[in-house]
Amino acid sequence: MKPLLDNLRASVLLTLVFAVLLCGVYPAAVWAAGRALFPWRSDGSLLVDKDGTVRGSALLAQNFSSDRDFQPRPSAAGSGYDATASGGTNLGPTSDKLANGVHAKDAAGKDVSDPNNFDGVKDLVRAYRTQNGLGASDPVPADAVTRSGSGLDPHISIQNALLQAPRVARARSVPLETVRAKIAAATDGRSLGFLGEPGVNVLLLNRALDKIASR
Amino acid sequence: MHSPNSWLQLALFVAALVAVTKPLGLYLVRVLDATARTWLDPVVRPVERLTYRLCGIDPLLEQGWASYTMSMLTFSLVGMLLTYFVLRFQDHLPLNPQGLPGLAPHLAFNTAASFTTNTNWQSYAGESTMSYFSQMVALTIHNFTSAAVGIAIAAALVRGVARQSARTIGNFWTDTVRVTYYLLVPFCLVFAVVLVSQGVIQNFKPYTVAKTYEPYTIQVPKTDSAGKPVMAADGKTPVLVDQSVDTQTIVQGPVASQVAIKMLGTNGGGYTNANAAHPFENPTPLSNFLQVLSIFAIPSALTYYLGRMVMNQRHGWAVWGAMFAMFAVGLGVCWRAEQRGNPIHQSLGISAADGNMEGKEVRFGIFNSALFATVTTDASCGAVNAMHDSFTPIGGLVPLFNMQTGEVIFGGVGAGLYGMLIFVVLAVFIAGLMVGRTPEYLGKKIEAYDVKLVMLVLMALAATVLVFTAWASISAWGQAGLNNAGPHGFSEILYAYSSAVANNGSAFAGLTAAPADGNPHWDVTLAFAMLVGRFLMIVPILALAGNLAGKKLIPASAGTFRTEGPTFVVLLIGTVVLVGALTFLPALAMGPVVEHYLMTSGTLF
Repeated sequence: MKPLLDNLRASVLLTLVFAVLLCGVYPAAVWAAGRALFPWRSDGSLLVDKDGTVRGSALLAQNFSSDRDFQPRPSAAGSGYDATASGGTNLGPTSDKLANGVHAKDAAGKDVSDPNNFDGVKDLVRAYRTQNGLGASDPVPADAVTRSGSGLDPHISIQNALLQAPRVARARSVPLETVRAKIAAATDGRSLGFLGEPGVNVLLLNRALDKIASR
Repeated sequence: MHSPNSWLQLALFVAALVAVTKPLGLYLVRVLDATARTWLDPVVRPVERLTYRLCGIDPLLEQGWASYTMSMLTFSLVGMLLTYFVLRFQDHLPLNPQGLPGLAPHLAFNTAASFTTNTNWQSYAGESTMSYFSQMVALTIHNFTSAAVGIAIAAALVRGVARQSARTIGNFWTDTVRVTYYLLVPFCLVFAVVLVSQGVIQNFKPYTVAKTYEPYTIQVPKTDSAGKPVMAADGKTPVLVDQSVDTQTIVQGPVASQVAIKMLGTNGGGYTNANAAHPFENPTPLSNFLQVLSIFAIPSALTYYLGRMVMNQRHGWAVWGAMFAMFAVGLGVCWRAEQRGNPIHQSLGISAADGNMEGKEVRFGIFNSALFATVTTDASCGAVNAMHDSFTPIGGLVPLFNMQTGEVIFGGVGAGLYGMLIFVVLAVFIAGLMVGRTPEYLGKKIEAYDVKLVMLVLMALAATVLVFTAWASISAWGQAGLNNAGPHGFSEILYAYSSAVANNGSAFAGLTAAPADGNPHWDVTLAFAMLVGRFLMIVPILALAGNLAGKKLIPASAGTFRTEGPTFVVLLIGTVVLVGALTFLPALAMGPVVEHYLMTSGTLF
């Protein structure tokens, strides 16, 4: 019995010591260092208006659907861009739902609203082409019509942004060159010049556009 | 579009991995020797001594394998109980600003088993289930301890190989404490702060409510005053009402400290549901690169530790080489499949050059998503930066196969090395049979008892995966959790049990293991699979370590099969692949392989 009790005592005590050090001291130390060195980032990269209103996070996508704004990737986080329910569609490559969508119909065959309605790739491609004036067989950038893993992807590809630019310029009555310059300014390049892929931060881009022509 | 840029990233990754292997391996030699000194001694040594004194541990007392095993099992059980009860009663505990309720018994059991076994399978959604206290104490403590225990077991097995005519294999408590204090904590402290610099959050604020730019309308079920959904006249369909959404609730919390250890300790349990795909956990390509590298760092260094301890560095590199070759092939296959994309979606208008972007983040793109998926399933990490469920069939087959090899391609911290040594013993046994000599491993005769232990491990793991997969596939509770139909649904089941037994923890995440109706089958079977995958592996391995330690060394002769060089590497890879492939090939054929051909022919489910 003695070895068993010794083991039990050591297990309980070591668990307590670890709990204090690893669950108390360690995260607190990271918190203190993060606060001292990178206070804005450690608090969530929040975008705050002059009056103190938090408008979102520079790292998280939020919903934009009007012609005046650049539009983020579609989102499967909760009911869309829900930052407390991050996630993707988790639909596989042979999913009919993912390809063709789900649309509830009434007895007459007309679309009706239903919480299970889901836009498939086909629907998203059609909507993207229509909204941005693309031809019926023009290829659509993959990121524009697929949902990201987090549902909160703040970026769109540069190609996607450039395709949306003429529409936004028209809706805002702003020269196309101005919009393009704002796209370049809102582009996060590859880390260290070669890691990852470049992306345009949609929320920052729309904020920048609002500053030149208030909505 | 295998762009030159992707190749450059790959080259940098490989170079960085090779560069950390030797220095970190040498450091491990010192960490795992209770009498050795490290450069952290002035700071850490007093804490270490105090810990031993408080816990009544004699740090220099050597343990036999049975004693070592008892200590390990007791320690794991205590940790598991702690987690279980914290989760059950988190509503009565501090640091719960969201007022989240306690977890149901089966979900708490599943999660406790999951974190104790270094799996970090997450049946729950992090941001909407766990209080800060649960995340910080009940879960984070296992991120450290399960990793430290894994490394301790690996060290015990290596000692068993290295020692001769010995009765002991080290001290469990000393190994666990030293790995935690000298390796995991200091590295994580630095790593976490670097992650904060990239945008990973670290705070203790309640969730922030942001006023969004463009309100939009969603439809939610109408509820009566008691909170029950109101039904339409037919009594079945819920009545819907419009609800305007003009805010976004932003998750906050101590994320960076958890992300650092979840990667370095190959735990993989994310703070948020989307794990390393979430911009708060993995905001930039640089944070992504460091996270991928940190998954492989310790497992890779442990091969160097092995070579150093058995005084045969070429053997250590041979094991590394076998791991690396399998990693490289897996990455190549996954990367190519994802870059080619989905012909069904391309026929609907998606640009073919962009690859399969469903479930992937723009900042990572195809290459970094494929790299992360391969690395996280080679090692038993299980964090994901893209949704594996939405990978192409072949792209998704690679993670599945990686886990089914038993997580020996670098593998989990410690677990990868001891898992691989199981295959090494099997490989020399097969080689011995082929040339008709008594098999030897580094001067130790491999006898019937050793091979029986090895086969016990391999058969227990494979049988657990396949039996549970079969059961779930033909049961209503099993099919109820699926998010996809057709062969992909079967892949979701196979992936779940492969991940649980391998202690990986990644998922074809469409699977719902904790259904709304509270059916506990998934949670309980997965928890059982995780416990088998961890402890039915560790206990025979410690028995093997004890048995090997007691053997005499016999000098190498002309007939000795050498455990270094290309012949050994090829034989070792062959053993891993054949054991993995032969056992799981029929199941893989019914899942991803058949789905690949159906996708090519445009079939949808």
